[in-house]
Amino acid sequence: MNGKKLLLCSIVFLLMMIIPLSSFDNVQKSEAFSPRILQKGSSGDDVIELQSRLQYLGFYKGKIDGLFGWGTYWAVRNFQSDYELEVDGLVGSATKNKLEKASQYNKQWVHEQLRNDREFTYYGGTPLEQQTKKKGGTGKSNQQQQQQGNQQQKNQQQNQGNQQNDNTQPQPTSVNVPSGYSQNDIKLMANAVYGEARGEPYTGQVAVAAVILNRVESPTFPNTVSGVIFEPRAFTAVADGQIWLEPNDKAREAVIDALNGMDPSGNALYYFNPATATSDWIWSRPQIKKIGKHIFCK
Amino acid sequence: MLRWLFIAVLSIAVVGTAFWGYQEHQEKNAILIQAENNYQRSFHDLTYHIDSLHDKIGTVLAMNSPRSVSPQLAEIWRITSDAHSEVGQLPLSLLPFNKTEEFLSNIGDFSYRTAVRGLDKEPLNDEETKMLEKLYQQSGEIKRELRNVQHLALENNLRWMDVQLALVNHDQPADNTIIDGFKTVEKNVETFSESSFQEQLNGVSKNDDKEIKLEGGKINKKEVKSIAGDVFQLKDGDLKITSSGDGSDIKVYSASFEQDNKHGYMDITEKGGYVISMILNRDIGEKSIGLHDGMKKAEQFLTKLGYENMEAYNSAEYSNVGVYSFAYNQDDVRIYPDSVQVKVALDNGDVVGLSARDFLVNHQERDVSEPEITIEEAKKEVNPNVEIQEESLAVIDNDLGEEVLVYEFLGTLGEDTYRIYINASDGFEERVERLKSTEVKFDTSA
Repeated sequence: MNGKKLLLCSIVFLLMMIIPLSSFDNVQKSEAFSPRILQKGSSGDDVIELQSRLQYLGFYKGKIDGLFGWGTYWAVRNFQSDYELEVDGLVGSATKNKLEKASQYNKQWVHEQLRNDREFTYYGGTPLEQQTKKKGGTGKSNQQQQQQGNQQQKNQQQNQGNQQNDNTQPQPTSVNVPSGYSQNDIKLMANAVYGEARGEPYTGQVAVAAVILNRVESPTFPNTVSGVIFEPRAFTAVADGQIWLEPNDKAREAVIDALNGMDPSGNALYYFNPATATSDWIWSRPQIKKIGKHIFCK
Repeated sequence: MLRWLFIAVLSIAVVGTAFWGYQEHQEKNAILIQAENNYQRSFHDLTYHIDSLHDKIGTVLAMNSPRSVSPQLAEIWRITSDAHSEVGQLPLSLLPFNKTEEFLSNIGDFSYRTAVRGLDKEPLNDEETKMLEKLYQQSGEIKRELRNVQHLALENNLRWMDVQLALVNHDQPADNTIIDGFKTVEKNVETFSESSFQEQLNGVSKNDDKEIKLEGGKINKKEVKSIAGDVFQLKDGDLKITSSGDGSDIKVYSASFEQDNKHGYMDITEKGGYVISMILNRDIGEKSIGLHDGMKKAEQFLTKLGYENMEAYNSAEYSNVGVYSFAYNQDDVRIYPDSVQVKVALDNGDVVGLSARDFLVNHQERDVSEPEITIEEAKKEVNPNVEIQEESLAVIDNDLGEEVLVYEFLGTLGEDTYRIYINASDGFEERVERLKSTEVKFDTSA
């Protein structure tokens, strides 16, 4: 009997030792950066850590969203200049080491906030409980409410993004978009590309997206993406409703390629499928090339 | 009894179907009328705007003081843009109506250029006045034709839905007043657009008219195969080579291949054998290298293709690919028109995309003149609220399509970052851009 009791006691004792130790581990240990060099445009876990650490030190006042944008860029440069590092906006090992020494990072807490889609900040010297806000409603607004001030002051931000399952890595809550375009423009174009050219090779899809953009630039067509897409009789997929099919990732990637300057069509303004073209006029356009089933022309 | 019940049920069904059919019919008509009304509105607005365009040009001719000419030209610019968007809403895209649209946007460009240049310093010269007179006369002709079409359309109750049908059913001889009317307008514009704008507006309509000069001799298909095979790391047997048609402003060979889930496409200029664009599509796996290492790969790739002095000025990560923009750097001056985009897969660092058209079209050895004002003088031209963080010299294309030497300032104002270009010879604020390259994710589960 006594032996069993002793065993139980020791198990309980051991558990008591282990639990605090492990949670202590999670809270205090600085999760190290991966060895990748970060620069403007990077995204992911490392950037979440970078932003948290910069915010801990008060350099970064924006939202911790896992995306290395301009705000993060200036924060990095200011940090580098204050800590006598080379000011280049690149986060290499020297910058990372200095950051790790100067700041603390509670990965578990930050990730939990991101996963639960909460508004939060991560300033050093302020208890964490005061820096998070339970989310009310669906939180669709994307304004940032900020009160600038010293680190003691509550600095609130809104944070939103994909709801994640609890055991997955939190995703960055912002995304890179080609300058001047929104995710919604990309979606609309992806719809058009998918409706028009889903059976085509990837290059053909990029070319269709490029034609839409060439039309926006051209003096003879409307000046917006939506104007070009919804111009009456311009695209058959719009006329017969195929534009409202859900596009796949390939179409989306093709659109992003086109927005980033790819144009395999060779500056074309029109394209047609010779098997189904109904207009004689379209045949009179000077042709540039054929990609897949489509002939692209001026 | 059963028979009567049967008849009753049947007749109810018939009446019900008839009622339902009637309702559907009504709904369809309502929608047709709505669509028709949208077309009608665009059409009548268009005629009205062309009318007032003609009017305004006329009044500019009669005006004397630059103070009243400038706003009037700005007004003309606005009206052309309205008219242009109305043409875009009419179901005309299969009808050759581009000359008229181009004419409209040319008027817009002309009035914009003259309105913004400050007529106090540089009033309209004789040539421009002559140009305006011509525009006045030409817009008058367009106006007359359009008013004519409008009159016929109203008189005969013509509907745009019929135009659409006539355009779709191409087999029938298109005997449609509206179509014919628009064709006449187009024909008229065709005769005068060529001569009048060519000398005045060179280089405004993007760089389409720019002569493209490429160095080097012509290459043959065999060389194309070896260039493409080299970049794609393929044996040349797998490549399909085609050459471009008459419409292409740069003669190119296109090399493509399909190979287990891999698809590649490349354009190589016939003259000189430059790779103008390249796409390699495949499934891209987990990210294993960072954005920065990807940039190194992009740089190596450019060096291999023979690009020198290229400087990355932008980078962004899109789900496991990195996209980089490079610009040519000549004696520490960044030449933005000579830009190249490179796309790198971040799973293994392969280059999966290249777009070098801008570079090939614009690149030349330039005489970059010394800036005439100092950087301190240029800084004074920047809004004092903007905190300048970075400064450099650059060459950009300005609003008028000319290359100018500028001081480039990156600065912050509140939470936003701005890029400001100050002309290095006269301190003119050429352009201010708010840099926004990220966007908060919208809830995708919604």
